[in-house]
Amino acid sequence: MKDVHSVKIAVNGRLHEIDVESRRTLADVLRHDLGYTGTHLGCEHGICGACTVLVDGLAVRSCLAFGVQADGREIETVEGLESGGQLNSLQEAFSAHHALQCGFCTPGFLMLATALLREKLDPTEEEVREVMSSNLCRCTGYQGIIEAVLDAAGKNRGTEAVDGAVSRETAEDRVEGVSLLREAGDHTQ
Amino acid sequence: MSAVGRRMGRLEDRRLLRGLGHFVDDVNRVGQLWMRVFRSPHAHARITSVQTDEALALPGVEAVLTGEDIAWARPIPVRTRTKHQLDNFLQPVLARDRVRYVGEPIAVVLAEDPYLAEDAVELIRVEYEELPVVLDARSAIEADDSRSLDGFESEAATLSMGYGDVEEAFRSAAHVVEIEVKIGRHSGVPLETRGLVADYDAGSDHLTIWGATKVPHFNRRVLSQMLGMPLNRISMKKSDAGGGFGVRGEFYPEDFLVPYLARETGRPVKWIEDRAENLVAANHSREQVHRISAAFDEEHRLLGLHDEVWQDNGAYIRTHGVIVPDLTLAMLPGPYRVPAYEGVAHVALTNKTPCGTYRGPGRYESTFAREHLLDVAAARLGIDRLELRRINLLETSELPHTRPLSTLGTDVVLDAGDYEGLLDKALDRSGFDGWEKEARELRAEGRLVGTGVGYFLEKSGTGPYEEAIVEVDPTGSVRVITGGASLGQGIETVLAQIAADQLSVPPEEIEVVHTETDLLPDGVGSWASRSTVVGGSAVMLAAKATAEKALRVATTMLEAATEDLRLESARVRVDGSPDKSVSLGEIAAACEPHSGLAEGEESGLGARRTFSVDHMTYPYGVHLAQVEVDPETGGVEIRRYFVAYEVGRAVNPTLVEGQLVGGAAQGLGGALLEEFRYDDSGQPLAATFIDYMEPTAAEVPRVETLICEDAPSPDNPLGLKGAGEGGTVGCGAAVVSAVEDALGMPGSIKALPVSPSKIRALLRESDRAGSTAAEAASFSS
Repeated sequence: MKDVHSVKIAVNGRLHEIDVESRRTLADVLRHDLGYTGTHLGCEHGICGACTVLVDGLAVRSCLAFGVQADGREIETVEGLESGGQLNSLQEAFSAHHALQCGFCTPGFLMLATALLREKLDPTEEEVREVMSSNLCRCTGYQGIIEAVLDAAGKNRGTEAVDGAVSRETAEDRVEGVSLLREAGDHTQ
Repeated sequence: MSAVGRRMGRLEDRRLLRGLGHFVDDVNRVGQLWMRVFRSPHAHARITSVQTDEALALPGVEAVLTGEDIAWARPIPVRTRTKHQLDNFLQPVLARDRVRYVGEPIAVVLAEDPYLAEDAVELIRVEYEELPVVLDARSAIEADDSRSLDGFESEAATLSMGYGDVEEAFRSAAHVVEIEVKIGRHSGVPLETRGLVADYDAGSDHLTIWGATKVPHFNRRVLSQMLGMPLNRISMKKSDAGGGFGVRGEFYPEDFLVPYLARETGRPVKWIEDRAENLVAANHSREQVHRISAAFDEEHRLLGLHDEVWQDNGAYIRTHGVIVPDLTLAMLPGPYRVPAYEGVAHVALTNKTPCGTYRGPGRYESTFAREHLLDVAAARLGIDRLELRRINLLETSELPHTRPLSTLGTDVVLDAGDYEGLLDKALDRSGFDGWEKEARELRAEGRLVGTGVGYFLEKSGTGPYEEAIVEVDPTGSVRVITGGASLGQGIETVLAQIAADQLSVPPEEIEVVHTETDLLPDGVGSWASRSTVVGGSAVMLAAKATAEKALRVATTMLEAATEDLRLESARVRVDGSPDKSVSLGEIAAACEPHSGLAEGEESGLGARRTFSVDHMTYPYGVHLAQVEVDPETGGVEIRRYFVAYEVGRAVNPTLVEGQLVGGAAQGLGGALLEEFRYDDSGQPLAATFIDYMEPTAAEVPRVETLICEDAPSPDNPLGLKGAGEGGTVGCGAAVVSAVEDALGMPGSIKALPVSPSKIRALLRESDRAGSTAAEAASFSS
């Protein structure tokens, strides 16, 4: 007998209400139940970080979280980075610096870097290296990734938030549906 | 401006950066079943019973398949065949009587969802009678005991090759230097695990498969034979692949099971490997011991080389046959003048995961053995290590240089090159003198800093041929279809660049299609750094033929002579008449039947061409390293790293650099971190990413590169040499060279990876030797 729960999850500002088996990972819920296949699974034991998504603004390995834990939360995935078909500055920087080859780890790095750049507008190379060493890339040797994140951060210098990568305030706006749910007391934190 | 040579951004990036790639796990078919494999927990055991009733009884489980159910199935054949008879050592799809490594497939379950499939696998009951394990290649061959019980011999094959009078070379030598080194077991371990989806249409008896890569056309032929189905009833569909590195895309047991079960059940079947499986099931590589010796004359010129190799191939011979030891021996003499050479390789079967190729197969290993030997020889002979190399590098006037050796079915003919010129450039550009000076100064302060060098010869552009189609449709859209596969290397961009120059169309507007056997039923694939060289040449020929046809048809359309026409910005124009032109799309429309404008031409604007090549092309390069050893932890930090590489002609220099830098990260992983170790019972000790340590951004240094285009290959129209593997090949050699320099202990490192514990042991040893010497000194005084 499956242990199924009804959950409400907002992904990139869109609200989803689904029934989820308790043991199902957040990664599988996103990929196979909701169709956000940009989030990839590289190890399913929390090392490679290919499955990194943002949960309420924090970088989380979606292979180590259960779908039911995302109930009432706001998820951001790689699909939410672009706006109106335009890549954001971080995505553009990844391409400009040849920061991807096979592209399998890329969504995880993009989300990790998004979280970093929201927290720290202008990180040093050392800080970027340290945070980016949370994830594995087998193709690039990381050079392009580090350069891309620094480049995106550089473009950001003197401004309030990363261009295109949503600030916390805007994130709240975008997931208005969830915020309303919260007010209605449906958010179990 | 020519598109070839341009640092344009990759066409692949736009979809991959938006999460819009199509990896195999992104494919879901209505009504699909999920396959899960039950794998052996023992390294060597006899199977006494397999019980599947409990698993089958679980609601949601559709089927369970064991080796007995497919006793008729042939074992998996060798792709890269040599003269060696290997039929006795091939891997069965599912083990029946005996398992020979931890991770060997014994049974599979099909269930409604992947979680259920895992539950069901846990309900399969197998009884075993454990057998003694063989874990060391050399002692396995010397003892040749337990494996022979059922017809398996420990030594699956013995390869030997060479030329000249080696005995005489060593007899007459002024100096002979011999070392023994080991290369650790490691592998490509791409970030995406393997996977496959198959959909069978019973109505038309047709199989459609997603997830094949690297050699989709070859795998289709294998499947056709194993399933007894006509080739044209099997379609391989393209998908993105999360890295290949030689490992992914070969035909494994699951590549039979998934399509077979789709046909048997009439339902789509999906299998996605998990990482724990991947680390014991996908090909391992590299594990070799070399006993290598060199004979020198008074002037430090090489008279001869001799190498005896023991290769630990794991439990079976897989699709690569014995190509790794074959390449090891054939490439061992490298870029040097070696008058006499003998190489022997013993391929041993052991109770570990079977081995195949990994980026730079045979070259990573033999480059390390040979370059390390030269370092040790330089120290013993009291000559500068770079000078020793200069004395022995083949000179430009000696090329092309034919070695009486052959590998991958072709003779070794070193094509164009300026080996010493590249060394000079690399030393100059990297500022290597400064690295050495800095290292000396830091050593004088008591720090363990050293520099190292690894010169290598690469091979690329393996034939025998590749196919390509170029098509222009009546809207003017251009499509290139290749027999290669996209594994992240950027082939879509590079092939578009090559086609763009012939068609005068921006590469950004060209679609490159791969791994679509319905569109292009033949191809040789993406391996051996061949896609750009051989695949690119085929694209060039097809695009050229397409452009020529466009000009022919345009003569009628524009009522102009051929010599007055030129193709420019996707239009054929008439010289001197700026208003007279037709677009490629209009020409394509004119090429439709009954248009009356293309009499005597086949319909459609496009061409299919094959590019064939007899010999491989041989790039070369050098790796330079500066490292610091931490005397407390034994850890090695790479302070500086430089790779210079002769590529003939770089279609996209940014992508070549990407290959070199990314390749170096992998090579450094194998030199310092990555190893598949086993305990005494044959249990793998690196079955997670915690224990199998792929390097992270914290370990991989900044890698500087120098691309040289000084020696274009004479074997293809663009002068291309492959770029996929040179970044990896020299790492073991350069790192060990630098670490020994830092320690001041030439010849002390006997094995890769150079782990902190090995270095600490060396430092303890040298401390003991130092204090013993000091004691002796104080004693005598």
